[in-house]
Amino acid sequence: MLKKISFTVNGTPVAIEVDVRETLLEVLRNRLGYTGVKKGCEVGECGACTVLIDGTPIDSCIYLAVWAEGKEIVTIEGIARNGELSKVQKAFIEEGAIQCGFCTPGYVLTATAMVQSGKQYTREDIKRELAGHLCRCTGYQNIIKAVEKALEEERKEGGSHAANR
Amino acid sequence: MPDTVVGKSVSRVDAVAKVTGKAKYTGDFVMRDMLVGKILRSPYAHAIIKNIDVSRARALPGVAAVLTYKDVPRNRFPTAGHPHALDPKHRDKADRTILTDKVRFVGDAVAAVVATDELIAAEALKLIAVEYEVLEPLLTPEAAMAEGAPLIHDDCPGNILSSGGYEIGDVEAAFQEADYIFEDELETSIVQHCQLENHISIAYVDSDGRIVIITSTQIPHIIRRIVGQALGIPWGRVRVIKPCVGGGFGSKQDACLEPLAAAMTLAAGGRPVKLELSREECMIDTRTRHAIKYRIKTGVTKDGKLIGMHIRAIANTGAYASHGHSIAMAGGSKFRVLYPMRALKYEPYTVYTNLPVAGAMRGYGSPQITFAVESHLDNIARKLNLDPVEFRLKNLVQAGYIDPLNGNAVRSCGIHECIARGKGLIKWDEKKARYKGQTGSKRRGLGMACFSYGSGTYPVGQEIAGARIVLNQDGSVQLQIGATEIGQGSDTVLAQMAAATLGLPVDMVHVISTQDTDIAPFDTGAYASRQTYISGMAVAKAATEVKEKILDFVRGMTDIPAHALDIEDQNIVYKHSGEVVMPLAEVALQSYYDPVFARPITSDTSNNARINAFSFGVSFAEVEVDLKTGKIEVVEIYNVHDSGKIINPQLAAGQVHGGVSMGLGYALSEQMLFDEETGKPLNNNLLDYKLPTIMDVPDIGVDFVETFEPTHPFGCKSLGEPPTIPVAPAIRNAVFDATGVAFARLPLTPQLVFARLKAAGLVQEGGDGCV
Repeated sequence: MLKKISFTVNGTPVAIEVDVRETLLEVLRNRLGYTGVKKGCEVGECGACTVLIDGTPIDSCIYLAVWAEGKEIVTIEGIARNGELSKVQKAFIEEGAIQCGFCTPGYVLTATAMVQSGKQYTREDIKRELAGHLCRCTGYQNIIKAVEKALEEERKEGGSHAANR
Repeated sequence: MPDTVVGKSVSRVDAVAKVTGKAKYTGDFVMRDMLVGKILRSPYAHAIIKNIDVSRARALPGVAAVLTYKDVPRNRFPTAGHPHALDPKHRDKADRTILTDKVRFVGDAVAAVVATDELIAAEALKLIAVEYEVLEPLLTPEAAMAEGAPLIHDDCPGNILSSGGYEIGDVEAAFQEADYIFEDELETSIVQHCQLENHISIAYVDSDGRIVIITSTQIPHIIRRIVGQALGIPWGRVRVIKPCVGGGFGSKQDACLEPLAAAMTLAAGGRPVKLELSREECMIDTRTRHAIKYRIKTGVTKDGKLIGMHIRAIANTGAYASHGHSIAMAGGSKFRVLYPMRALKYEPYTVYTNLPVAGAMRGYGSPQITFAVESHLDNIARKLNLDPVEFRLKNLVQAGYIDPLNGNAVRSCGIHECIARGKGLIKWDEKKARYKGQTGSKRRGLGMACFSYGSGTYPVGQEIAGARIVLNQDGSVQLQIGATEIGQGSDTVLAQMAAATLGLPVDMVHVISTQDTDIAPFDTGAYASRQTYISGMAVAKAATEVKEKILDFVRGMTDIPAHALDIEDQNIVYKHSGEVVMPLAEVALQSYYDPVFARPITSDTSNNARINAFSFGVSFAEVEVDLKTGKIEVVEIYNVHDSGKIINPQLAAGQVHGGVSMGLGYALSEQMLFDEETGKPLNNNLLDYKLPTIMDVPDIGVDFVETFEPTHPFGCKSLGEPPTIPVAPAIRNAVFDATGVAFARLPLTPQLVFARLKAAGLVQEGGDGCV
């Protein structure tokens, strides 16, 4: 059964007919070409397909596309603005948090939500927030450092991002 | 040679692409008209296919093709990612066909469907009726080797894929002279790579009738050959394209999907077919790490010198050969330089069973044998009342040692310094004293383990690497290599080497990351921790040639002899004074457009490296064992490596982090589980298979002892696989130190640990009190 839904992806309005069985992951990747959203397990185990739905990180592989009606979706493609990398993206590069890169988009989106929350996080809090993501390359060490750095940068700037929301 | 760029933590050349989602992996290639391939898998571990009826599946609307063993070429081919051997005796075992009429593990491919979408393909699989004659499943090497056991492969008596081994000196004579003899039995478990990107290939037939395969592989040039062998067509009719790869760790050093993907597109009239495994499929029908059982007997003198060791190994290679024959031998050869002794006998048996196929995985046999030998050495040290570090120091290799069997020499050797640093980092002596005579329910302990490893496969394997460099009009260069980036950072370190040689910043080196066998230089690919060492030699050679051509061109422009010139910071300079002669960009432009002397500068070279280099290292771990629960917490862990000169410290540390993390999983939690009666996989998903999460991995300490390896232009040695190797035995030895219980198998799960602690009388009934 097909159903027409409307939502925004990275600020762009989308109206599309989807099969009610399709996941948001499938629609984003296969129908709309947002291939930065990665597919690692399709059952919500690995976090590679994470996108922001109304600002909350969600595994798009276990989120039906029809549920996205009226939502604001942000994918990795929507994080850099006008070619300028975000604080989180810069921190991931500077701290060497990227290896094969397949888990990276998911981490960047969860970290972006953390930075935008304006909350303070201890190292343990950071680990807990990121625990829905798996990475086999980095042993998580530099990912934690990158997120700490992005949060610290945001704090130094007085949480301008959060204030803007 | 100026090395301003080498040794610096420059950012990955693919970092921006990966952090913005622009990096293209195989699954990101979308083609018009693309079909989907799916595989029907065997529910039985061992069975003959008596009959397959695919008529209902073929009739389903949207199904483009249904394939069984009757519909595909029956050529037998090997899948292991090794260079082709001209000598038939040294070839990999050719025991695969694209589809089989005899299934050998639960999940073996029985039939395949090509359809317009996944749902139709899945529906079609259900319509295939298969009649099986079920055979006795052989799920352990013991069962497979038992007299009268059915044969998994008809041409392999006793189900033994390979045996052999070696003896250095006379081990029985050494045992006669030993003051003490020690014996142990140790075993490791089956684990899986769990790279984040599942195996995936897209195949189509191009307008010239050639088969093109876009695939997530570590070995594109080898895949071309294997697909050619499988289909029985000239290898040049196959083109393999390797885009970004989301991790491999050895599972993609093997032709898991490509021959079937090629057969699928041929069956579908050449239309593009995407064959993508689910996580559950990937964990059983790609590759696993061999579980190996060891019996080790060792002779020691009363002053603690090892004089003879006899190792018997039985490796469970699963249903097909893959790398099995080679892994048992590689493990047995790379470790042996660490403690040279008068006599060493190694007797491996690699045995077929009806379990998923074991193949290459980070360390290639070394994590297994290092777990066994390093645990065994700690057992000996305790019995001799020797400090484990002191015991090893009495026996460690020194620079100058030459392996008596393959002639590989230890030219750079930092293992002693690695141990000294590791000991200091973990405060070994201080904590050893502090933890003596502990009581209570939580016990701390310290452990360590060493390893040695090769850089590449010489002389067992050929070590060809290719590089091509083109000087652009603006003085930048393209660097094209056959070596494959799979996340480890090889594109970046190879760019650094080219930049250092040519006096360029790294951003003036444009790396072509995609390997396309039609145009990429020949290189066998990412395995054996070979690329920085082996492919780096080819890059240095190509860059040196380009530099010579540039300086010779300047000679033509200026009459200054080339030997008086150098390139620094993108300028041609006088070697003696550093005075700038002209910008490199000016030479580059002239080389393209000079009306008379134009000759654009390129190099296209190959290097056959008939050499190897040993890397070394050590893990030091501190654990806390909860006697009431059997849970082990790794409190501190340090890996110290001698990988020669470190080309990029940040990327190098990243390799250590990932390797240690994989070692932690190997030590404590990871294990593929199978039903003991049927061989059905029980935990082939990322929820039930316990790979370490961010909550499980402690802070990982990393240090490097930077020796200079004289056989490499930049002094480097292997680093990709080594960090995984010593972790599990270091943790096991720390648990031994904490509890006095000599654990002999992996992983050290709370259940196993608790049971052993209880048996040892360390826990009272009910687990409330501790003795």
